[in-house]
Amino acid sequence: MWNRTLISKEISGCGISGIIHKKGKLISGEVIIKSICCQEERGNGLGAGFAAYGIYPGMENFYTLHVMAENSYALELVEELLAHQTFLNYQEPIPTRKVKTIKNPPLFKRYFVRPKFEGELTEICDELAEDNYIVKLVMEINTKIEGAYVISSGKNMGVFKGVGFPDEIAEFFRIEEYKAFIWTGHNRFPTNTPGWWGGAHPFTILDWSIVHNGEISSYGTNKRYLELFGYKCTLLTDTEVVAYILDLLIRRHGLPLKVACLALAPPFWMEIDEMSEERELLTAIRIIYGSAMLNGPFAILFAYNGGLVGLNDRVKLRPLVAAEKGDLVYMASEEAAIRAICPDPDKVWAPKAGEPVIVELEPNTIPNQRSYLKGRPREEDENELRVKCAYTPLFASK
Amino acid sequence: MGTPQFSTFYPDFYIERLENRCIKCKRCVKECTYEAHLWDEKKKILKEDHTKCIGCHRCEAMCPTKAIIIKPHPSQFREHANWTPWFIKNIYKQADQGGVLLTSTGCAVPIKNYFDHLVLDACQVTNPPIDPLREPMELRTYIGSKPSGIEVEEVNGKFRLKKPLPPLIKLEIPVMFAAMSFGAISLHVHQGLARAARDLGTLYNTGEGGLHASLYEYGSNTIVQCASGRFGLHVDYLNAGVAIEIKIGQGAKPGIGGHLPGEKVTEEISKTRMIPVGSDALSPAPHHDIYSIEDLRGLIFALKEATEYKKLVFVKIAAVHNVAAIASGIVRAGADAVVIDGLKGGTGAAPTMFRDYIGIPIELAISAVDKRLREEGLRHMTSIIASGGIRCSADVVKAIALGADAVYIGTAALIAVGCSMCQRCYTGKCPWGIATNNPELIKRLPPEVAYEKIYNLVHAWGHEIKEMLGAMGLNSIESLRGNRDKLRAVGLTKEEMEILEVKHAGEV
Ligand code: SF4
Ligand code: SF4
Repeated sequence: MWNRTLISKEISGCGISGIIHKKGKLISGEVIIKSICCQEERGNGLGAGFAAYGIYPGMENFYTLHVMAENSYALELVEELLAHQTFLNYQEPIPTRKVKTIKNPPLFKRYFVRPKFEGELTEICDELAEDNYIVKLVMEINTKIEGAYVISSGKNMGVFKGVGFPDEIAEFFRIEEYKAFIWTGHNRFPTNTPGWWGGAHPFTILDWSIVHNGEISSYGTNKRYLELFGYKCTLLTDTEVVAYILDLLIRRHGLPLKVACLALAPPFWMEIDEMSEERELLTAIRIIYGSAMLNGPFAILFAYNGGLVGLNDRVKLRPLVAAEKGDLVYMASEEAAIRAICPDPDKVWAPKAGEPVIVELEPNTIPNQRSYLKGRPREEDENELRVKCAYTPLFASK
Repeated sequence: MGTPQFSTFYPDFYIERLENRCIKCKRCVKECTYEAHLWDEKKKILKEDHTKCIGCHRCEAMCPTKAIIIKPHPSQFREHANWTPWFIKNIYKQADQGGVLLTSTGCAVPIKNYFDHLVLDACQVTNPPIDPLREPMELRTYIGSKPSGIEVEEVNGKFRLKKPLPPLIKLEIPVMFAAMSFGAISLHVHQGLARAARDLGTLYNTGEGGLHASLYEYGSNTIVQCASGRFGLHVDYLNAGVAIEIKIGQGAKPGIGGHLPGEKVTEEISKTRMIPVGSDALSPAPHHDIYSIEDLRGLIFALKEATEYKKLVFVKIAAVHNVAAIASGIVRAGADAVVIDGLKGGTGAAPTMFRDYIGIPIELAISAVDKRLREEGLRHMTSIIASGGIRCSADVVKAIALGADAVYIGTAALIAVGCSMCQRCYTGKCPWGIATNNPELIKRLPPEVAYEKIYNLVHAWGHEIKEMLGAMGLNSIESLRGNRDKLRAVGLTKEEMEILEVKHAGEV
């Protein structure tokens, strides 16, 4: 049986790397392999993974579930559930290769699905509702089906990860055969050894994927906060928490990406107190999203169908470097990982603490493209409606 | 010879006078408000009446030659594990007088203290500890009801908050001063608390005794209380602070009201409380306009209406068995914060049985309330204030990790101004000039001294909290709130750990 209900949160150090082509040109998997393998010292062979965007052309309108299973029985259970709850368009095993050092890998299969709403004969075309449906489905598989786990669930994207060094995992999943307009990669150095494939990065929810180097000291607070909104943190990893917070803030609360990053790694009060125009917004972010703040050392890269973002903690306790070359933008733990694949970048810089590097594709580059630069209306909170209080302005007198 | 008074036969304390040191200055006679030191004018000697000594240590502290030692009386009853002197003497007292046993401060029975069974975490290697002397470390906390999220709009390329937040209270340190009424404690202590609250960026609470005219200037650091007796309650009072606390119950005496003995009701108190001089101030057990949760909602909104929705309304309850459900009801009734006062919370006067045996420990109550509010999806929209039995800054840290937003301290603040926990506040004779209104006695504690001591205490706790946060790798207190990962239990049962939602030390 998989030891996936780890009794405590995992602790790890890591190397990360990401690339995006702003015009949506596809980049071969070999590039990301080279970059991440150059940071081999940052891992210890206990986990590596890749996220790729744009790898399922022709299937862009289906949520692609990458499912990892301990045995075929678990897969059967997943398929039974999918038959009930989704329109299943296509399924196939994820192509893998035999790798000498990888013993007894789990089974991997991918399913291209659309949600099947109860009582509905046709599909509803409400993006938020569809997304929420898939989130729930993923949570259900992950928490209820023993031995099965969804490692990614976005459209036209997928995650490949497991226990091993990055080159081994790349070989196993035939990463070099994929082409994507965004790639992220991860090389892991866990200090405790769960040795479970699902514990490797990237972590995902829908098309959000996260690779992360660091330890979130606020994990306990973040986890409990997320539970208030129906997220179940089953993996006990910091990264899972980051994925859900992004989903909550950006997708459900409709915050612009930049504002969400400010919630994750906000400035200090002494800086906020000095601000003029932005003071009110930042004060509100800190008060309302205090429990979403990621406290502790981290550098993360997160990607979605349309962009790649790099972010450091509020005092920059982990490395993160960014570089640009034409339409390509690179982000990695080390400059060397960038130079390995882009020897003469136009610009190289180290982003400041808490200052996100946000790179989106040019508008209308890909189907179902998402952009989070602007805010959207917030999803209603039932409880909030029930506990109605009359609000008067905090800053009205100022 | 009348009926023997058994309770006077066996003193609790023994006053030892070192004759070689005593210079017969008679300072002790003056200092002892219980008349335990006597001057025999004829024989020109000092005498002691051990039966009168209540163990406040005032004479010992004030004796210029340190000639006095106060110790437990050496005379002993035959040992009995069940019938300890405490029970025997209480029975004597009641047999003598036929009354309810009265006492002060908080629960004195050694009921398990969960704080003492919880240890904190610190960073090693994988995660760097933060040094608060070199890096910013934030304790700022906002209290009040909050929306679940914010909405942002873009104006001229800049993001702006679309709808302002409701009124909230900013605390620079999540430690506030618990309700202690003017009457129960002296005006000087109130003045000290108010000034300290202002300088520390926190709040003090008037208690149920109204607000003395000299304290209106500290309004933005004041919580005014509305208890069942409604003493000194008028619209200016309600508007004087930043929050109004409806006191439903108190940890030291859940289920009963307050009693300020007439002896403590002096001219000033009578003015502030709006009751005649010398009359007992009795607050009833229930609020007679709150017999149900919907009545509470009525009062919450009546207070909000009276203050034009500018003031927050807190509701304070004693931690009792069903505290979680009650707290959830309070939040739904529209309160901006729930105050939970645990078993060990203090009081100026309470029946001993209530003080010692009614209510549940605050640690369990915080966790239970936090859990319930999370399960109901309400936790992030309200604030929990924990009170009762907070003795040091580590207790504050643990309370917050268990789910509180902020804590109240009462007893700790009084100890800071000299209280020696003699547990006789209800007599009005506090030899330290704290729990008294006797114009001569209150001079023993000037407001400046009270201010300085209280300020120092909380300031020091602030430093310690920052150090502990830094060691845990956190630089902001909100990342500690409800963060059970930072706690481990030592010597607790499975059930206890489940309620506290903590793992045992040694578990990974
Ligand atoms: S009551 Fe206090 S002042 Fe009086 S003798 Fe006892 S310790 Fe001394
Ligand atoms: S406040 Fe005064 S009377 Fe009350 S316990 Fe402290 S020293 Fe004794």
